[in-house]
Amino acid sequence: MAEAEPAGAKTRAAYEERLDAAAGDVARFDEGRRTPAQRFHHFLHAYPTAAPALVLIVSCAAFGLVAPNFFSPFNLSLIIQQVTVIGLLGAAQTLVILTAGIDLSVAAVMVFSYMIMGRLAVEAGVPAPIAIAIGLAVGTACGLFNGSLVTKARILPVLLTVLAWFGLIWAGVPMIWAVPMGVLLGLALGLGRGGAGLALRLPPFIVTLGAWSIFFALNLWYSEAQTIRSQDIDAAAPLLKIFGERVSLMGAQFTYGSFLMVFVFVALWYALNWTAWGRAVYAVGDDKDAAELSGIRTDRVLVSVYGTAGFLCALAGWAAIGRVGSASPQSFYEGNLDAITAVVIGGTSLFGGRGAIFGTLVGALIVGVFRSGLKLAGVDVLWQTFAVGLLIIVAVAMDQWIRRVSS
Amino acid sequence: MSANGHASVVKARGLVKRFGRVTALDHADFDLAAGEILAVIGDNGAGKSTLIKALSGALKVDGGTIEIEGEERHFASPIEARDAGIETVYQNLALSPALSIADNMFLGREIHREGFLGKWLKMLDKRRMRAFAREKLTELGLMTVQSIDQTVETLSGGQRQGVAVARAAAFATKFVIMDEPTAALGVKESRRVLELIKEVKARGLPIILISHNMPHVFEVADRIHIHRLGRRACVIRPDAFSMSDAVAIMTGAMAPPAPEAQAL
Repeated sequence: MAEAEPAGAKTRAAYEERLDAAAGDVARFDEGRRTPAQRFHHFLHAYPTAAPALVLIVSCAAFGLVAPNFFSPFNLSLIIQQVTVIGLLGAAQTLVILTAGIDLSVAAVMVFSYMIMGRLAVEAGVPAPIAIAIGLAVGTACGLFNGSLVTKARILPVLLTVLAWFGLIWAGVPMIWAVPMGVLLGLALGLGRGGAGLALRLPPFIVTLGAWSIFFALNLWYSEAQTIRSQDIDAAAPLLKIFGERVSLMGAQFTYGSFLMVFVFVALWYALNWTAWGRAVYAVGDDKDAAELSGIRTDRVLVSVYGTAGFLCALAGWAAIGRVGSASPQSFYEGNLDAITAVVIGGTSLFGGRGAIFGTLVGALIVGVFRSGLKLAGVDVLWQTFAVGLLIIVAVAMDQWIRRVSS
Repeated sequence: MSANGHASVVKARGLVKRFGRVTALDHADFDLAAGEILAVIGDNGAGKSTLIKALSGALKVDGGTIEIEGEERHFASPIEARDAGIETVYQNLALSPALSIADNMFLGREIHREGFLGKWLKMLDKRRMRAFAREKLTELGLMTVQSIDQTVETLSGGQRQGVAVARAAAFATKFVIMDEPTAALGVKESRRVLELIKEVKARGLPIILISHNMPHVFEVADRIHIHRLGRRACVIRPDAFSMSDAVAIMTGAMAPPAPEAQAL
């Protein structure tokens, strides 16, 4: 091997020589000079809420000029009241969309949950706090059902729920009790890690599309397609309507529901930005494989996200009873689309990993401001819908443009 | 003990891994000594990635033993291997593009605040994580101070590789595995990453380097493990053999040198 050594050394020397001619300062993190347009682009990229906030301010200013009573405290607080339920649904939706998923069942979960709260409290005479707790648990169970289908499907809890329904109803338990009890049993088994998981990893769009129909049908079955009337709720369980209670502040009227919404957004902002769970949510939505390799248990994160979304939908349901007054199994049919609209206009990317929770609040407010402003300006309702559609397309186009910063 | 007199970090004997009828590892041996850069080369399908996955916990072997610092270990997952102080820089980097450099460095092992905020509200200690990330990047000569919050997607390929290497170097206590760290990079960026690898070695961490790039291998490696047909064909020193010899052994055109000429 004696002659091999100089050969190797020579090749290396030649290689070195060629390399030395090249610039060696590439792996440094300093920034080059940028044009103002590029800087604006980077600003929007770094602050995803900036663009929707700008739109909100400009549209408020514009409607303030066109419709003189737009800026009255009463009107502004009315807009906030109007966006409460969609804002809460949008918060749930934001979590799911940040993980590069989508939850088409949010409104169905919400309606199913509030029908359970309403029927248990009003017709079965359950104390309102317990009825509400059961409703929140059922919403969470619905979310976990979606989450498990998206990751590792747990068969046993679902099986137990269905068997419990049949068993209880066959044993003569009224349906008003049997349905929530079955769901609670399944939830308990699921939380207690019952049963092996089947790694189906179904696409969220299809899972939640199916779940939407399933929950809607369950809700019609459970509620027997009957609306719970406002005066019955007032008589039996006024607590259900607490989020519709108003407080007056300097001519503005806020509901407790508005405060609930703000509280939920602040709590989610904290969880997403200041906890490891929040970082994991973004990482999973950004690049699931990379997150897994970084040591994040991505399945757990996804299940927790869908479960939290289900809980928030049920909470939105509680607020919805207060907002609407009655509890109808047929309302909020467009709730899914309105929630997605708020998320998208709020600057959260449908491709996951990018966006901010307050963007959704701003997005919901933009929709509220457009509807209110156009109404005060005397524009036909159909043009309000038209404007919202236009906003969605502009928002998605913006997102595409903003995402291009990386290249 | 290896030939260079350093303590053994990894000592694997008789590793076997079968995928159906294919034997990916056929009683393969593997040795990594303290403080060295060991390159692993081999033709496509020689079983080198299976070997590396066995070491990083990404797959379980059917037979054989792996001793790490003299202690027999069986990792069930990459997370377990990581907890044991083994870091892997994956070819696809395993970074989250939309998160910042600091967030990426701590992904999956965040630091919490002390006291009530950390314990009950799980609040992250962002200041400490930023400072740590900045310190680690500076140590490797990668930082200008103001941009630790920059998202990874705004970085070039070489810069991303730098972040991945810094993360591995910061948290590894046993050794670092680097899978084709220069494969996706241009010449200039490769150059910088090779310097980084030497820098990590200088800090006392042994490195397993998987690469197809012979000039890179011969530049940085202390020893070269040549893998062929599912087992170790030989271990050579880059100064005793030429690149064409290595390629010839790798492809079977040349018989591996006698054991006394090797660097076992």
